[in-house]
Amino acid sequence: MTATISPLHDLTAPVIELSGARKTYHTGDIEFEALRGIDCRIFPGEYVAIVGPSGSGKSTLMNILGCLDVLTSGSYILAGEDVSHMDEDALASARNRRIGFVFQQFHLLSSLTALGNVELPLVYAGVAPAERRERAMRALTRVGLGDKSRNHPGQLSGGQQQRVAIARALVTEPAIVLADEPTGNLDSHSTRDVLGMLDELHAEGSTIVLITHEADVAARASTVYNVTDGQFVGAGTEIAK
Amino acid sequence: MRPGDLLGSSWRAIRSHKMRSALTMLGIVVGIASVVLTVGLGLGTQKDVSEEIAALGSDLLIVSPGSSTDESGMRGGFGSGTTLTRADAEALASTVAVPDAMAVAAEKTASVSLEYGESNWTTTVTGTSTSWTEVRSRELLYGSFFDEDDLDSSASVIVLGTETAEELFGSTYVVGQELTIDDESYEVVGVLAEAGSSGDTSLDDLAVVPMTTMVDSLDDSGSSESVATIYIKAASSDLLSAASQEAEALLLNLHGLASADDADFTIDVQDSLLDAATSVYQKLTVLLTGIAALALLVGGIGVMNIMLVSVTERTREIGLRKALGAAPANIRNQFLIEAMILGLSGGAIGVAIGVGLAVALPPVLDSTIVISGLALVVSVVVAVGIGAVFGVYPAARAARLAPIDALRDQ
Ligand SMILES: Nc1ncnc2c1ncn2[C@@H]1O[C@H](COP(=O)(O)OP(=O)(O)OP(=O)(O)O)[C@@H](O)[C@H]1O
Ligand SMILES: [Mg+2]
Repeated sequence: MTATISPLHDLTAPVIELSGARKTYHTGDIEFEALRGIDCRIFPGEYVAIVGPSGSGKSTLMNILGCLDVLTSGSYILAGEDVSHMDEDALASARNRRIGFVFQQFHLLSSLTALGNVELPLVYAGVAPAERRERAMRALTRVGLGDKSRNHPGQLSGGQQQRVAIARALVTEPAIVLADEPTGNLDSHSTRDVLGMLDELHAEGSTIVLITHEADVAARASTVYNVTDGQFVGAGTEIAK
Repeated sequence: MRPGDLLGSSWRAIRSHKMRSALTMLGIVVGIASVVLTVGLGLGTQKDVSEEIAALGSDLLIVSPGSSTDESGMRGGFGSGTTLTRADAEALASTVAVPDAMAVAAEKTASVSLEYGESNWTTTVTGTSTSWTEVRSRELLYGSFFDEDDLDSSASVIVLGTETAEELFGSTYVVGQELTIDDESYEVVGVLAEAGSSGDTSLDDLAVVPMTTMVDSLDDSGSSESVATIYIKAASSDLLSAASQEAEALLLNLHGLASADDADFTIDVQDSLLDAATSVYQKLTVLLTGIAALALLVGGIGVMNIMLVSVTERTREIGLRKALGAAPANIRNQFLIEAMILGLSGGAIGVAIGVGLAVALPPVLDSTIVISGLALVVSVVVAVGIGAVFGVYPAARAARLAPIDALRDQ
């Protein structure tokens, strides 16, 4: 319930500002409060890990932060825009411009090449094909897959697929990269690969929110929040590097 | 989202599910192929019928005495007047005054009892000129028609219809036989080939004699110059109305009348046959169109069905696209365009198959199939329209999917 302000970023405006965030699910007659009043601010350049037991509300929080779902009450300001009461079209646009997603299941389209997958957010942004291809190529090169641009997802390893997904998350230069268990489906080698990638992005100044239940994964973040029963427990812990 | 990208992503979705796309199109292919065939059959039947009618003389004008209507809307002695004369007929036959007429024949008729031995038969005897066979599109089964010499000498010769010959003689080969009318003897010089019937009247129960013979011996109307009807055969059916105008101008002039309103004659087109055939054709068209519409409806439901399956199958893809910034309208349009592309491809394939069958079938079926370019274009447009109409519901369902539910779908 305590908002933790990272002292390093006091002077800049937060990328994410949640206050009194509540989310209630209705299943038939049963109501379930998955988020019970979360306050949180995340500043540019922060690498935040959210940890907590299964069913504690981590994915629910991630969906809210990613504008995939809306709060039942409370407010959410993303990069200065109040998205708490946006309609579907405005939310779609906010996701497109502000958020880069990395999912546990990769979620690449098998009918598209690696390059085509990375281009997809730019397609919905209405970017012209030539510029789109160039930007997507740059993002792929950045994740070290410049030579695999013409491969389809089926022709890539799990770790490579997740790196394509990271390139897709970066290509729009979003305010924040949201990663929900990005290493959940990967072996230890690929996990190191992908986490190294996120470290690099952080070093280059990207703002990252990572959801995980693995302590060693969370240890790489600059700040760790602990969620239990839909609430933050204790203050955000700054990890000393 | 750019329109080109929308098209591209719809096209890729279709290509990456080839089997499903082919099945979706199948209904449309069958529907459009049957539309092309049924429309072609309808047009072919119409063509056959109008050719048959042309053979029966739809290039024929019928001039009757009396005006069909006067100013009060009453019939002014239509068909019973004596205002048309043999001189009118001769004038109409002039290639100068009525250049678009090919042949002219006046008719004067009487009901007469024919006798042969013990048997007798009452029929309509027509007095006319030698051009009658050409004007009425009749041919001779046996013998020949009377000639100019017979006309000049008002010879006692007669040509019979098959039915008349059968009734009177018990056979149709009666050329050279003699029959009597009012105790005068006539030689049968020809028997007309069968022509069937027009409405209730048999075209095969009749007798034809030279006009002069009719006037001299058989007519009892008391006005030897008047004729009952003048038939004008136009040089072609296209020239029918031109011939009609020329004939009208000439007759008004001959009768000393200033305007067409005063006309003491009526010019009709022989259209009763056309009417009858058209009504048959229209019934056929309604029936065939109904069948084709049903086929297309089934095709459309097929599109909807498989598009719905496709939406369900691609729930995760839809969720991902939404997460990456696709607005509901983007998703809806993608599915709508997919359905329309399927309609377009199905329509095009259906048209190709329909045209192929239209070429292959006629020799087997012994029927005419006419392929009209307009029908083909309309078919394809209809196919695209069906894709759009039956794609609306699945597309709306896809657009409404909530992104989190869609992403969570396994
Ligand atoms: N759509 C929903 N309808 C009803 N209840 C839901 C829904 N989504 C989540 N919940 C409930 O909300 C709670 C939090 O779910 P959430 O998915 O956020 O957990 P989590 O912390 O991500 O767990 P895990 O680590 O297993 O992924 C759970 O008890 C879950 O049953
Ligand atoms: Mg979760």
